[in-house]
Amino acid sequence: MYPRPVHPEDPNPNVRFLEAVSEATAGIARLEMCIQCGTCGGSCPSSADMDHTPRALFALIRAGYREEVLRSNTPWICVSCYNCVVRCPQGVHITDVMYTLKSMAIRAKLYKDSTAPDFSATFVDMVEKYGRSFELGLATRFMLKHQLNRLPSSGPMGLGMLTKKRLSMKPKQIQGIDQLTAILERAKELEAVP
Amino acid sequence: MSKFMFYPGCSMEASAKAYNESMLQILGPLGVEFQTLEDWNCCGATEYVGISLTPAYSLIARNLALAAKQAKGTDILVASCSACYLNLAKADHYMAERPLLDKNVNTALAAGNLHYDPGTVKIRHLLDVLVNDIGLDAIKAKVVKPLKGLRVAPYVGCMVPRPDYEHRWSDTEYPTELDRLLKALGADVIDFPLKTHCCGGHMTQIGPAVAFELIRRLVAGADQYKADMLVSLCPMCQLNVDAYQAEMNRYFKTNYHMPIIFFTQLIGLAFGVDPIKLGFGRELVDARPALNRIGVEVPVTEEPKSQPKRTKKTGLPMPTMPGQEEIEQ
Repeated sequence: MYPRPVHPEDPNPNVRFLEAVSEATAGIARLEMCIQCGTCGGSCPSSADMDHTPRALFALIRAGYREEVLRSNTPWICVSCYNCVVRCPQGVHITDVMYTLKSMAIRAKLYKDSTAPDFSATFVDMVEKYGRSFELGLATRFMLKHQLNRLPSSGPMGLGMLTKKRLSMKPKQIQGIDQLTAILERAKELEAVP
Repeated sequence: MSKFMFYPGCSMEASAKAYNESMLQILGPLGVEFQTLEDWNCCGATEYVGISLTPAYSLIARNLALAAKQAKGTDILVASCSACYLNLAKADHYMAERPLLDKNVNTALAAGNLHYDPGTVKIRHLLDVLVNDIGLDAIKAKVVKPLKGLRVAPYVGCMVPRPDYEHRWSDTEYPTELDRLLKALGADVIDFPLKTHCCGGHMTQIGPAVAFELIRRLVAGADQYKADMLVSLCPMCQLNVDAYQAEMNRYFKTNYHMPIIFFTQLIGLAFGVDPIKLGFGRELVDARPALNRIGVEVPVTEEPKSQPKRTKKTGLPMPTMPGQEEIEQ
């Protein structure tokens, strides 16, 4: 039996999910090439904490389980070590697909735990404002919101970093911040166009 | 004199100060001149790409466009931080691979009167340049104090040898560049099986349990091989293993003490540079006992006796965030 053709104007987002993920990924994702061998999950240092292994996630993407995929914690547990990428026999850009899924999950408001998205958002906020990252600002703002219970153990560490002069007290702004803002504004407009 | 452009990245000015300080000390003796990229911006680390594609790549590409513009007599841009190195290399690679990305990024760059053609700048890591361009013989020739008796575990981490778009490294999972360099310095280099394992990256902040296990594996591995220290080439790896080791120990009820030092610090030490100038003493897991054993004395830097000055009357010293409410609670 032949697979049923997809109507080009089918409005159901599940139908074209694989295409949508590939489209939104930086390079050529090669997601269609996945042969479900599981090398990715077997190579992953943090797969034990994922609700789906990368392989299972790719099967779900292919089967059009959009919501299930975007609710998954897998992309957020990925530590970007590229172990799976160099081992994948089909050359799938797995890590970059994970980044794509993160941004799609944020936009679709489907991932429930806000910890990781907030961390990224706070980081990006600093970078957009100053053109540089600002570790102390990021750490304090993020920790006060999400991990107050960690303060007793990470507090001494922060103090150690300060006394060793490894944290700047003030953010540094680049000279060309207006230029950078203009570039990022234009980039965001482009991103909004499907 | 070998000349290169240099992209420092945010960490070199803060958490990885020791990396920067030691790197600056060894460039002169090796006859390397770095032209630091002017007005560079953050590469976005592993955060921006997870939020929005075109802005993330435009952010990286601004640096590449600046490098192409400022290049004088070299087209090589050296990065010392793994994440910066990979992001710069990635933007260059994917802009070439995907014309749509190239078009969108350049449309965005045009808003800032910039343009970048992929392939114009060659992105290299500091270790790659030192080992392959300067060469181990040239490095060996400058060694006055061989690190004899120092057992080191070479720890390369993930993002330098992987995904390795340009095939610059000897292997993606078991590269030997760092091993060979450390051997040239006279150190006892252990054959470290975890050399490209992950340190946890940003998970030390987001999901500590995930990261602690990865840090434990590294530290326990090095300890099992009776290493005196791990040797790193990445600000993130160094920060995670160094600054979070105490928290990891508490989490697993272990008692590891495994210092982690930047490879440039050890090069400087072998070149006979004063350890203080190399940023020794900035690590939270003290490397002094290990160095004492090979006869290197690192004097204790004076700790400030008084509290740092407070700009505000209330609360603890907090970072100032101009034009913004200080901290959301």
